[in-house]
Amino acid sequence: MTILVVAEHDNKSIKAPTLVAIAAAQKIGDQIEVLVAGSECAGAAEDASKAQGVTKVLVADHPVYAHRLAENIADLVVEIGDAYSHIMTPTTTSGKNFMPRVAALLDVAQISDISGIVNENTFERPIYAGNAVATVQTSDPIKVLTVRGTAFDGVPSAGGNASIEKLELIKDSGLSNWDKDEIVKLERPELTSASIIVSGGRGMQNGENFALLESVADKLGAAMGASRAAVDAGFVPNDMQVGQTGKIVAPDLYIAVGISGAIQHLAGMKDSKVIVAINKDEDAPIFQVADFGLVADLFKAVPEFEALIAS
Amino acid sequence: MKVLVTAKRVVDYNVNIRVLNDNSGVDLNNVKMSVNPFDEIAIEEAVRLKETGIAEEVIVVSIGSSACQEQIRTALALGADRGILVETEEDMQPLAIAKILNAIVEKEKPELIILGKQAIDGDNSQTGQMLAALAGIGQATFASQVEIKDKSVTVTREIDGGLETITVKLPAVVTTDLRLNEPRYASLPNIMKAKKKPIDTYSPNDLGVDVAPRVQVLKVEPPAERQAGIIVETVEELVDKLRNDVKVIP
Repeated sequence: MTILVVAEHDNKSIKAPTLVAIAAAQKIGDQIEVLVAGSECAGAAEDASKAQGVTKVLVADHPVYAHRLAENIADLVVEIGDAYSHIMTPTTTSGKNFMPRVAALLDVAQISDISGIVNENTFERPIYAGNAVATVQTSDPIKVLTVRGTAFDGVPSAGGNASIEKLELIKDSGLSNWDKDEIVKLERPELTSASIIVSGGRGMQNGENFALLESVADKLGAAMGASRAAVDAGFVPNDMQVGQTGKIVAPDLYIAVGISGAIQHLAGMKDSKVIVAINKDEDAPIFQVADFGLVADLFKAVPEFEALIAS
Repeated sequence: MKVLVTAKRVVDYNVNIRVLNDNSGVDLNNVKMSVNPFDEIAIEEAVRLKETGIAEEVIVVSIGSSACQEQIRTALALGADRGILVETEEDMQPLAIAKILNAIVEKEKPELIILGKQAIDGDNSQTGQMLAALAGIGQATFASQVEIKDKSVTVTREIDGGLETITVKLPAVVTTDLRLNEPRYASLPNIMKAKKKPIDTYSPNDLGVDVAPRVQVLKVEPPAERQAGIIVETVEELVDKLRNDVKVIP
């Protein structure tokens, strides 16, 4: 039983969710190969070979894989896929994009966003935005899985010593073309990998007031988030949205400010280790999931909080 | 240009989900059902393409029990021209749905197929990608902007960390993200008109598709509940707890 983990990477290094997918693979078997498909991606391959638990790294290094177009990556994975019992990748926008193509071309089901592993063919996964957890079993010969980034602790990124093997497979479907990326230059950590998140809701009243949270985030080295209500009201852009329709996060500390705690928001953050809620409405549902609740006017409490954490 | 869209029948997004006591699934009795919100965005996008003269016909497909006619009528009231119901009582999983859609694509030959990026019941986010693979065509998932140019479609996609723009040859599959558009409400005259629009009905058998489930649901449980925490009285107390009790801040 050999498992293939398709790496999420930026050509230079592998991204943290890849380590989580490897950790999940370790719960199934110990022969774990990692595929790094990219362009000038020797750095990422080297990085993958050092991750603990990896037995072999396969590298497909060619411009056709530069932007991880779903058609090309899927064709590549399918070409080598028959040799594996499980094909896994993290539930990132890239993984969600190519993996179902792999499953369809192999004529097997995909099990999306697994949050638990019962045995080699039985998995747990959240449904209905995390309002229920389903345990599902597949009878397909190859198990195609995407792994929830917050569900497992990633393997250590150093200490491994896997061999690196080059693949001379060039798959270019010619169906799609990459035009451009507009990646937001973040001065703060990315939401989905941050260990602390400061998030604001409708209670912030307007976009300017988010500056209050920004200074707290800067002091804590935290990422900034928002509820859908704050996004819908136009206070902040959509990529800050935490919730069922936004990002799913599970930091060590989640500070919810002026967020009432709608189900759709809770679905995105309730796996956080410690939740703090600051809200003036003592009946707000957010207090039912918060480890520490403070019933207070955020415009007084937040500056006070900032002053105290600086001291 | 012909555009095909989907309208999955799902539990309305406002409904509180309750897991059945026997852990066989979630309670669907007397629960309000609606068009999957992401599919609504797909329908809206297709109707806008028709209004700007780019699309000639918008066809809406729903797969499931005969009750899915309601969701097809909703799409017709929003501006789709005709409906296709693939009627089955089987538990329909993404691969089987993609195979059915592929059979319809072969029949109807649409140049653009727009689906929601995921359905809010199973949260799988698979069907559009699987359909594109089976049809041997390109895909643009999680679209926040769609522009038809000659024989291709240029799509801005929501990806981790920002946006990506790709151009895909037609025919192609596009799946919708939240920001693509804001769906309209159906007007009463349009609801009345929708009642006269045609709906064809097929069975998976008619389309030659085996829809036997590949994945068996063993049980469905409520998520682990969080222990309710404590209410602190002051900001000092809060900072003290975070710093000294749970040690999450320096």
